[in-house]
Amino acid sequence: MTTPVELEQTQVDPAVDPVADEAGVEDRPWLTIVWNDPVNLMSYVTYVFQQLFGFSRDEATKLMLDVHHKGRAVVTSGSRDKVEIDVAKLHGAGLWATMQKEA
Amino acid sequence: MNGWRRRGGALVTTFSEREAGLLRGLVGQVRDLLAARVAANPQDELAELTGIIAGPTTAPADRVLARLLPDFHREDTALSGGLRALHEPELLATKDGAVGVVLATCPPRGGRLRLSEQQAQAWLTALNDVRLALGTVLEVTEDMPDELPPEDPRVPHLAVYHWLTWVQDSLIQAMATT
Repeated sequence: MTTPVELEQTQVDPAVDPVADEAGVEDRPWLTIVWNDPVNLMSYVTYVFQQLFGFSRDEATKLMLDVHHKGRAVVTSGSRDKVEIDVAKLHGAGLWATMQKEA
Repeated sequence: MNGWRRRGGALVTTFSEREAGLLRGLVGQVRDLLAARVAANPQDELAELTGIIAGPTTAPADRVLARLLPDFHREDTALSGGLRALHEPELLATKDGAVGVVLATCPPRGGRLRLSEQQAQAWLTALNDVRLALGTVLEVTEDMPDELPPEDPRVPHLAVYHWLTWVQDSLIQAMATT
């Protein structure tokens, strides 16, 4: 006989997420960061932002310019699951993206 | 080719035999690289039974593959490894699928090309992956001049890179017109 794996318990394993117990940390959203890189075209990055996240052309252009001039920009935020999917989509498009918890 | 144009719902252009051969060869190399990554991660009987394929947890040692398959988190290697195992198989399949669309729609001997919107999106992905691969090998930087000194061994390859940039940018501009 066996029992189902307790999924909830494994997901908040403190060994994996040592800060999960700290008050407030869990409320902070995750961020999707896109980093500047020398290969991706400005036109392509703008196109990808519009295509993946439904930004208007103006919004996408502003974010692209942030990446270009500041070296990085936050493009989406939310739960870890949502941000993880967004980063995977950006990797699929060839953009250099990472996720991190809001500081 | 003279750039892409939108005609009705389609994106059209013409490739010479040399251009078609060059592009097919380059996307084929990306496909080989992706396949090597898949082959380096053999699946066990359990994966075959469940259909759940776990990717590797470590980033590729090859710098081109590492650029095509970046880490999910900059510092947290445990998180990055777990997410890589989860997402990399699908990511590899997506990129390979884009290569497949280019090979299926770009005639080997050149000629007229006609892409649907969906095919054009796959072309952008494949073109971008080829540029990332070539750009990584050529160590392209933002302040790199458009033309290198003639004795630089990268000169002929940089010309190919610039051509790919133009093919990609022209396709984006054509897709943006209605």
